[in-house]
Amino acid sequence: MTAIFSVLIGLLSISLEQGLSYGIMALGVYITFKVLDFPDLTVEGSFPLGASVTAVLVAGGFNPFLALFVSMLAGMAAGGITGILNTKGHITGLLAGILTMTALYSINLRIMGRSNISLLNIDTVLTSVENLGVPHGVVAITTFAIAVVIIKLLLDALLKTRLGFSLRATGNNANMARALGVNTDAMKVFGLALSNGLVALSGGLVAQYQGFADVGMGIGTIVAGLASVIIGEMIMGERNIGYATMSALVGSFIYRLSIAIALRLGFAATDLKLLTTILVIIALTTPQIRKIIKVSSTS
Amino acid sequence: MLELKNVSKAFNKGTVNENVVFSDLNFTLNEGDFVSVIGSNGAGKSTLLNLIAGVFSVDGGQLLLDGNDITKLPEHKRARFIGRVFQDPMMGTAPSMTIEENMAVAYARSDHYSLRWGINPQTRDMFRERLSYLGLALEDRLSTKVELLSGGQRQAMTLLIATMSNPRLLLLDEHTAALDPATVRLINDLTERIINEQHITTLMVTHNLEHAIKMGNRLIMMDRGSIVLDIKDDEKRSLTIEQLLDMFEQAAHEKFSDDRVILQ
Ligand SMILES: Nc1ncnc2c1ncn2[C@@H]1O[C@H](COP(=O)(O)OP(=O)(O)O)[C@@H](O)[C@H]1O
Ligand SMILES: [Mg+2]
Repeated sequence: MTAIFSVLIGLLSISLEQGLSYGIMALGVYITFKVLDFPDLTVEGSFPLGASVTAVLVAGGFNPFLALFVSMLAGMAAGGITGILNTKGHITGLLAGILTMTALYSINLRIMGRSNISLLNIDTVLTSVENLGVPHGVVAITTFAIAVVIIKLLLDALLKTRLGFSLRATGNNANMARALGVNTDAMKVFGLALSNGLVALSGGLVAQYQGFADVGMGIGTIVAGLASVIIGEMIMGERNIGYATMSALVGSFIYRLSIAIALRLGFAATDLKLLTTILVIIALTTPQIRKIIKVSSTS
Repeated sequence: MLELKNVSKAFNKGTVNENVVFSDLNFTLNEGDFVSVIGSNGAGKSTLLNLIAGVFSVDGGQLLLDGNDITKLPEHKRARFIGRVFQDPMMGTAPSMTIEENMAVAYARSDHYSLRWGINPQTRDMFRERLSYLGLALEDRLSTKVELLSGGQRQAMTLLIATMSNPRLLLLDEHTAALDPATVRLINDLTERIINEQHITTLMVTHNLEHAIKMGNRLIMMDRGSIVLDIKDDEKRSLTIEQLLDMFEQAAHEKFSDDRVILQ
C-alpha cells in the first residue's frame, strides 16, 4: 500500500516538475497556435537554442538566472526571424518556421561546439533556490512554480493591454486589424518573438533541471506543445485569457503525467513521440473533440 | 478632399491573365460628399475602394487626401483617417474577441502598441454609450464574444467601429448585400444617421439602385474601369431608376447589365 502511494507521489511530482518547466514552452505555443493562429515550427529549434545558450553560459561560470534571460533573448531573435521571413519575405508560415528551425540546428551545434554539454555539479537556478533553504525534494517544483506563476500573470496582463489586443486581433481577423490601423506584420513578428522567447526560456530551464543540453532535445517540441494546448482546452475551455493560459499549463501537466504513466506501464521512451503524435492527430481530426473544443471556446 | 489623379491598376501584370482594371482614372471627392457607387460586375468598384484604402497599391498615378500624398502610405496607416465596412459581415470584427474588446481595438486607432490597459472603466462606459446608439441592446452584452452575434448585429458593430474615431473618409463596399431586408433597412438607417451626424465624406457601393438614388448627394456609375455617370444634388434628387438605366445606355453604349442588381 505505501509502495503504491510512493510510486504515485513520485509520478505526480515528476509530472509537476516537467509539466511546469515545459509549461512555459506550452505558453509559447499557445501564443502562436491560438492567439496568432500561426503554425510555428521554429520552436523545434528555439527550445534547444535556449538550452544551448544556457548550458554554454552556465558551464562557463555565468549567473544561471542571467543565462536564462540571454536564452530568452536568443529565442526572441529566432522567432523574429521567422516572422520577418513570413511577413517581409512572403514565405508561408509553415515553411518560414522550418527554415529557421533547420538553420538553428547548425547554430545550436556552433553555440555548444559539440552535440551536448553536461551541467552536472555546476551551480544552476535550482542550487541557488536550494541554498535559500528550500528542501531538496521540492526545489524544482518550487522554482518552476514561481517562474510559471510570474510568467503566466505577466502574459495575461500583456494580453489585456492595447498591444495585447492588437496581437489578438491580428491573429483573429487580420483584415479587421489592418482596417483599424494595426500593423499586422509587426504584430506577427512580435508574437513570434514573444512565443519563441518563452520556448527558449523553457529550454534553458529544462537544461538546468535535467543537467545537460543536447542538440536533439527539440525534436517533438511542437507536438508536445500542441498536445498540452489541446488537452488543456478540452478539459478547461478558454472562457477568458486567464483561463486559456491556465489551461495550457494544466494541459502540460496532464501531458507529462500521461507520459510518466506510459513509461511506468512499460512503453519504450522512444515510442512516446509516436503515441503523442497519434494523440494530437486524433484530437485535431475527431469531430466530437473538435466540437468540445468549439463548444467550450464559445460558452 | 480626396483626389485620384491618373490612377492605373492592373492585376496579374505581365502574365497572360493580365487584367487592366483602371488605365487612367481621375476622380475627385468633395468634402461632405456622400456618393453612392453603382456599376456592372467587375467594373472595378471594389478595386477603387481597395486602392483608396491601400489594400492594393496603384501601378501609376497619385492619391491625395486633404492635399497630402497618400499614394505610398500602407493600409494600416491610412486606417487612421479611413473607416471601412465590407460586404461580408464576418470581415469587420474579430469573432473570438468580445464586443468591448473589438471596440477597444478601434478606439486605440493611433495608439495600438502601448502597454495601457485595453479597457478601463471610463472606456467601458463610453463603449456602452456608443453601443446604445445602435438600439440593439448590445450595450448589455459587452463581454459577449462577437461570433455569437447575428450578421446584422455584426455589421452594425462594424459600422460603429469604423466611424468611432471620426474618420475623414468612410468606404462602404456593398455593406448590406449579405443581409435580409429588415436588417438592410436597419443598417441603411444607421448608415445615414452616422454619416449625417458626423459629416463623414462617404463612398458607398451598392447593387440596389433604389438605395443608390435615395441615399447620398451624389451618384456615380462605373463601367469597365471608367466613371460613366456622375450625377449630383438637384439632378440626383429627381432621378428615377428608368432615367438612370437610360443614361447608362447612352453613356456606355450598352444596356446596364448586372445580374445582382436590385431595382427596388
Ligand atoms: N485581388 C485580385 N486579384 C486579381 N484580380 C482581381 C482582384 N480583385 C479584383 N480583380 C479583378 O478586377 C476586376 C474588377 O473587380 P472588382 O473591383 O471586384 O469589381 P466590382 O466590385 O465592380 O464588381 C475584375 O475583373 C476582377 O476579376
Ligand atoms: Mg465588388
